[in-house]
Amino acid sequence: MIQEALFFSAVLFIIGVVGVLTRRNAIIIFMCVELMLNAVNLSFVALSRLYGIAGQVFVIFVMTVAAAEAAVGLAIIISIFRHHENVDLRNINLLRG
Amino acid sequence: MLLQEVAAAGAHPLSGTVATWMWLLPLLPLAGFVLNGALALAATYRRGPSDPTVHADHTHGAGHDTGHAGTAHPDHDTAHHAPTRHRYAGLVSIIGPAVLFAAFGLALSIFGAMTRVDHLEQPFVQRYFTWMATGDLRIDAAFQLDQLSMIMVLVITGVGALIHLFSIGYMRDDPGYPRFFAYLNLFVFFMLVLVLGASYPVMFIGWEGVGLCSYLLIGFWFSDTANADAGKKAFIVNRIGDFGFLIAMFLLYAHIASLDFVGISQRAADLAPGIVTAICLFLFLGCAGKSAQIPLYVWLPDAMAGPTPVSALIHAATMVTAGVYLVARSAVLFALSPVASLTVAVVGALTALLAATIGLKQWDIKRVLAYSTVSQLGYMFVGVGVGAYTAGIFHLVTHAFFKALLFLGSGSVIFAMHRAYHATHSHADAQDMRNMGGLRRYLPWTFALMWIATLAIAGIPLFSGFFSKDEILAGVFARAGHSTLADVSWFGIPGNVLLYAIYGIGLFTALLTAIYMTRMMLYTFHGPNRTGETERSHLAEAPWVMTLPLVVLGVLSAIGGWLNIPELMRFLGPPQWLHHWLDPVVGAPALAVTGGAPVHLTHQTEYMLIGAAVVIAVAGILFAVARLKPARLVPKAQAVPERGFARVLANKWYVDELYDRSVVRPLVGGSRRLLWTVTDKWLIDGLLVNGSARLTGFFGRIGSYWQTGNVSTYAWAIVIGVLVVLGAFTLR
Repeated sequence: MIQEALFFSAVLFIIGVVGVLTRRNAIIIFMCVELMLNAVNLSFVALSRLYGIAGQVFVIFVMTVAAAEAAVGLAIIISIFRHHENVDLRNINLLRG
Repeated sequence: MLLQEVAAAGAHPLSGTVATWMWLLPLLPLAGFVLNGALALAATYRRGPSDPTVHADHTHGAGHDTGHAGTAHPDHDTAHHAPTRHRYAGLVSIIGPAVLFAAFGLALSIFGAMTRVDHLEQPFVQRYFTWMATGDLRIDAAFQLDQLSMIMVLVITGVGALIHLFSIGYMRDDPGYPRFFAYLNLFVFFMLVLVLGASYPVMFIGWEGVGLCSYLLIGFWFSDTANADAGKKAFIVNRIGDFGFLIAMFLLYAHIASLDFVGISQRAADLAPGIVTAICLFLFLGCAGKSAQIPLYVWLPDAMAGPTPVSALIHAATMVTAGVYLVARSAVLFALSPVASLTVAVVGALTALLAATIGLKQWDIKRVLAYSTVSQLGYMFVGVGVGAYTAGIFHLVTHAFFKALLFLGSGSVIFAMHRAYHATHSHADAQDMRNMGGLRRYLPWTFALMWIATLAIAGIPLFSGFFSKDEILAGVFARAGHSTLADVSWFGIPGNVLLYAIYGIGLFTALLTAIYMTRMMLYTFHGPNRTGETERSHLAEAPWVMTLPLVVLGVLSAIGGWLNIPELMRFLGPPQWLHHWLDPVVGAPALAVTGGAPVHLTHQTEYMLIGAAVVIAVAGILFAVARLKPARLVPKAQAVPERGFARVLANKWYVDELYDRSVVRPLVGGSRRLLWTVTDKWLIDGLLVNGSARLTGFFGRIGSYWQTGNVSTYAWAIVIGVLVVLGAFTLR
C-alpha cells in the first residue's frame, strides 16, 4: 500500500517538475508548483503510517504555507498581467545580467 | 622615575613660594589665545569671512610687509580713508597685551622669589600628570624652573609684552586683527612651554608649537601667494631640523632610558663618546632648523613676509633663539662631546660670516635685519659651541633687546612709509631703503632709538651688544688656548687652530656687522628724502602706543650689558651677575670644557681683545660713513641692478637657487616622475585600483552571462542541481 502511494507521489512530482520546466504560462507553472507541493504532501501522509503523526502535522503546515503563497503568487501574476497584458514568462527577464 | 625622586627628596626651597604658580605662566597666553580666537570666529560667524582678499590690491610687490595691510572695502575711492577696524578690535587690544603683561608680572615675582633663595642648586620641578606611559617609558607633563628658564621666561614675556603693545598700533586697521593676536598669544604659550618643559618631549611640544605659530604668522596675509609660500618654506625647512631633534630623543631613550633633564644630567656620563656625539649632532640639526643656521637658514629671510611685529617677536627675539637655549639646556651632553661642540661653533661662525656678507647688499630694510639676525644667531652658537654657555645666553638676551628694537623701529618706518604711499595711492615699495632716506626729520624718535640699537649691535662700548659680543669672542680666544675643544681635531684640523680661526671670523663679522648696520641707518634716515614729493607731507611718527615699546627697548639695549659686566670693568658695577646666576645650570659643563678650572686671560690680553673689538666696530661705522653716499642713491624704480661681486651678494650667494637646483627640483621632478607617474598613477591607480576593478569586472561578466533573467533557466538549473546532488548521494 505504501509503495503505491509513494509511487503515485513521485509521478505527481515529476509531472509538476516537467510542467514547471516546459510551460511558459505563469498560471500553469504556478499550478505545477502546487502539484509538486501536494505530491510531497501525499508522501508525508503515506509515511506517517510508519513514522507517526508528525508527517500529518507537516502536511497542515505545508497547506497553510501553500495557501499564503497562492495568495501572494496570484497577486504578483495579476500585477504582471496588468503590466504586460499577458503572463508569458519569456517576456519577463528584468533580472538579466 | 627620577622626577619623583627629586620631588621626594625633600621640600625644594621654592616650594611654597610664588614659583608654584609657574603653570599659570603659559596658561595666561593660552587663555588670551582662546578668547581672541573666539572673538575672531564670532566676527566671522556674524558677517562672513573677516579676511577679505581685496587687501592684495594694496600690497606693494610680492612678499612684502604692507604695514597696516588692507582695507575691507574693494571700492578704493569711496571708502578710502575710512578706518576699517575690526568690530572687536577694542576688546582684543585689551586681552592680547594684558595676558602678556600679567605673565610678565608673574615672571617678575617668581624671579624675585628665586633671588631671595640662597644656593638654588637644584631645578624646581613640578609634575602635573602623566602624559604617556608605555612599557618602561614614562613621560610626565612637568615644568622645570631653574635660572636658565627663568631668564628665558623673562625675555619672552617682557619683550613679548612690549611687542604686543606695538602690535596694537601696527595692526589696528587689519581685518584679521583678533586672529593676529590669537596667534601671537598662542605663540607665547608654546614658547613658554618650550623653555619651561622639564623633559625633551615636553620641550618638543613647545618646539613644534612655535613652529606652527611661525607658519601661521608668516602666512598671516595668506591671500598673497608669496606670503603663503614663505610660511610653507619655513615650516618644511624646520621639519628637517625637527627630524634631528626626534632622532636625538630616540637615541637618548635607547641608551640611558631617560628623557627628562634631571635624569639626563645624572646619567649622561654613562653614555659612550660616539653616542654622545651623535646625540649632540642630531640635536644641533634641530637647532640649525629652528635657529636658522647653515644649511637650514634659508627660511628666515623669507619669513619677513609676515607682519613686522611677528618678525620682531618670533624671528628675532624669541623663537629663533630656541636653538641656542636647547644647546645651553643640553650643555651636559655637549660638554661631553668636544667634536660636536666644535661643529656647533664652526657652523655658527660660518653662518655669522655668510649672513653678514649678504646683509651688506640687501635693499629691503627687513631683509637686512633678517640676515643680521641669522648672523647674530651664529654668534650665539659660537658662544654655546665653545662652551661659553653664559656668553651665548647673554648675547641671546641683549640681542632680544636690540634686535626687537630694530625690527619694531623698521616696523615704525614701514608704517609711516606705507601710510604715506597709501594716502597718495602710490604702489611703490614701502620697505625698500632706496625709497626712504632722510627720515630722521619725520621720525625723530625712531631715528634716535634705532641708532642706539645699531650702536649696540655694532659693539660700541657700554652699549649692551658690546659686552655680550666681547664675552663670546673672549671666550673663544681663551678656549683656543686651553680647553678640551682645543685638544681634539675636527676633520683633521687641530682644535686650537680652528678656534683661533673662529675668533678671526667673529672679529671680521663684527666689522661687517658695523658696516651693514650703518649702511641701513644711513640709507634710511640720512641724506635727502627719496620717498616722493607728494608723499613727503604724509610722513609722520607713529602713535605713542608704538613708540613707547621702542623707548623701553632702547633703554634696555643701552643698559642691557650691565647684566654681565666683565671682571675687568668692575668699576662699572657688580661684575658677572648673569654668570653667577646661571652657574648652577651651566657652570659644571662649562668647567668640564675648560678642563676643570675656569678660563683665565691676563688683563693685558683681555684689554687687547676688547681694544680689537672696539677698533673693529668703530672702523666699520667710519668706513660705512666715509664710503656710502646716501645722496647718490636713486629710488628703487630708477635703480640699476648691481654688477660683479655686489650682484652675488645681492642675490644671497645664489644659495636659494642652489637649493632649488640641487634639492627642490630633483625632489619635485623625482616625485612627479617616480612617485606620481610610476608609483601612483601606474602602479597604485592603474595596476592595483583599476586592475582589481577590471579583474572583478571580468568575472562579473562571466557570471552575468548565466543570469538570463528567465525563470525557466533558473528552474532548469535547480532541477539539474538537485539531480546531481541526488545522483552523487545515491551512486556513491
